[in-house]
Amino acid sequence: MPPAKAAFFDIEGTLVRTNVVHAYAYYAANRGSALGIAARLLGTVASIPAFAGLDLIDRKAFQTFHGRYYAGFSEDRLLALADDYFEDALKGAIYPQAYDLIDEARRAGCRIVMVSGALDFTVHPLAHHLGADHLIANRLQFVGGFASGKLIPPIIEGANKANAVRNFCVREGVALDQSYGYSDSVSDYAMLSVVGRPTAVNPDLRLRALARAYDWPVLDLS
Amino acid sequence: MRPLKTLKKLYEEEAHIVVTERSSPPRVIFSGEDLLQEYLPEGTRVILPRPPMGGVPNLKAAVRWALNHPEGSEPLHALLKPGMRVTVALDDLSVPLPPMRAPDVRQTILEIVLELFADSGVDDVHLVVANGLNRRLTPTELRRMVGGRIYDAFGPDRIYNHDAEDPGGMVSKGEGVALNRRAAESNLIVYVSLSGVPTGPRTVATGLTDYATLKAAEAKGVERLGQAVEKILRIFQIEAALNNRMFDGPASFLGRKEEEYTEIDRLKLQAMRFGLQRLPRTAKRKLLFNLPAAYEVIGVHAGAPAATREKVAELCARQHVVPVEGQADVLIFGVPYVSPHSVNSILNPILLQAVGLGDLLSLHRGTPLLRKGGVIVLCHPAYDEFEPAHHPSSIEFFHRLLPETRDAKILKEKYERAFAENPSYVHLYRKGNAYHGVHPFQLWYRSEAGRQHAGKVIVAGAENNHVPEVLGWDRADTLSEAIEAARGFAGRSAQLSFVHSPPSLLTDVRAGA
Repeated sequence: MPPAKAAFFDIEGTLVRTNVVHAYAYYAANRGSALGIAARLLGTVASIPAFAGLDLIDRKAFQTFHGRYYAGFSEDRLLALADDYFEDALKGAIYPQAYDLIDEARRAGCRIVMVSGALDFTVHPLAHHLGADHLIANRLQFVGGFASGKLIPPIIEGANKANAVRNFCVREGVALDQSYGYSDSVSDYAMLSVVGRPTAVNPDLRLRALARAYDWPVLDLS
Repeated sequence: MRPLKTLKKLYEEEAHIVVTERSSPPRVIFSGEDLLQEYLPEGTRVILPRPPMGGVPNLKAAVRWALNHPEGSEPLHALLKPGMRVTVALDDLSVPLPPMRAPDVRQTILEIVLELFADSGVDDVHLVVANGLNRRLTPTELRRMVGGRIYDAFGPDRIYNHDAEDPGGMVSKGEGVALNRRAAESNLIVYVSLSGVPTGPRTVATGLTDYATLKAAEAKGVERLGQAVEKILRIFQIEAALNNRMFDGPASFLGRKEEEYTEIDRLKLQAMRFGLQRLPRTAKRKLLFNLPAAYEVIGVHAGAPAATREKVAELCARQHVVPVEGQADVLIFGVPYVSPHSVNSILNPILLQAVGLGDLLSLHRGTPLLRKGGVIVLCHPAYDEFEPAHHPSSIEFFHRLLPETRDAKILKEKYERAFAENPSYVHLYRKGNAYHGVHPFQLWYRSEAGRQHAGKVIVAGAENNHVPEVLGWDRADTLSEAIEAARGFAGRSAQLSFVHSPPSLLTDVRAGA
């Protein structure tokens, strides 16, 4: 019997057009008074250069910084808004060909695993919609029903993403060298390197260059 | 004195064989996107294609005649009933090579056939490119093949490429045969095909089936698959035979032997070589692919597939078969920029070996032109370049698998399935314009006989060491060095033959004197 294999999909930029900051912007726009909403949205817009800079320099710092913005949100409110966020923002942003790609992976006998740096509750409805068997994502710490703004380690990014994938394979008896990895960003280079069959999907310039150098297939989903 | 008839026959049999003498001109040899001009050693046998036969004076009349006088079938109009479902299957870009000038013969045939359908009340018509596991044609390529009027009338819903990986688009017909659903559920398949060098029976079956069916057919042979599918589907085949007029206009001299070149031809050759040498390779490819071939139709037959193929093969043999006395110890080929799988693309190292050891070496009837254990010299830069949009799995095959093993059996058992199922390769085949993931395996198996037959392969003009090394070949900087090395292997008295192609030819080797 051939060993079990899995297909690991990054989400933001790979299967959907949005990124993790979109989720916070949605939550910020749907909480509290009109004045509070305006203040939070302005704060988010003002932080865009910081988000962009951190994303380039240190993905882990970016995730930590981004998590802080959720401080003070109630857990039930975040969970309640997750389905709306999926319906309003994520569903329409899914690349139509992403469905084909996931279907093709399933037909190849792969378990479908979504691996994302986003917060788990924000992408859970999406993972369910796409028929994922597992979701590996960042988890927000809640104290007394309210978000503390801290992420529960290990933070799913860069090398930790690769570790999470490796641990998943060990735990689930999946052959890492027979498994597939899909991502759009050079920040997922580690995850793509540990799987046996990596693929760059709608890659940024740096990942495209790496993919060419290492003979990885490149997909441009539309 | 011999009678004129005997002399004419003797000339026809020997005019395409030239034995190089001290005063012989240098030969023009394709080497990828470049043209070499090389003196061959005295005594080298140069095998040339036959001159192009004249085309039919009125193609539309020839097609109509074929439709009304079919082989082993009723005429097409008698097969049509109002309201029936018809699928027209078309060959992909692998024939003819290079693509012919517009209008493509397929367009002319389609214009006649579609008019007949309309007159017979047949409106449910789809046009399907029977590309099998080959790449999908781009809309531009498809439009060029069928013409703008037909493309606009049928596109995009009723003219498309076959998709062997579409779970809903295939249907099982028993005995391990899966077929394109639209074709399988049609009352009639009209297969529009073109033929050049007769390399074996061509069947629409391979173009409308899937990987699993083709794999199952490997042991029995594609011919058996064709016969099985022809029992399942009602097929009316329309096949046109092409001559070998590959070069026309200012480049027409390339189709003649060098002894017949005029001063103007020699000047044109130098100008062409000068220009090609100075252009970047990408520009050279672009330029060469924009020079369509001037093929002409030498005959059209239609009817039952087997009977039609037989008639067309006879016709093609008259154009393309060249009788040759005795085998060669050393065989020299120029490998041009184009192959059946590199149209508007790059002849990568996997395709190079498929052309050298598969296509070119197998262009013979019965006895191979090269003796068992002989040397093949291929003129090509052997560049390490791939077109990722067309041949993504070949990149991995060449760089990851071949350094590990060149053994076809191991490659098949260890890696073929993984490549066939790789979702990325499947996606690129279905949604992009890539060949199927198993394509490099198929090419590798197809040239296995050539690898076993040749004692040595030398690639002359290789620009690097690693491509020949990975392929298990020797390299030489120039053709002269390659010939010296070949003689070192095969002996100083080795019989050297140079096949002057393109255009391609099929040798019919008779016992040597």
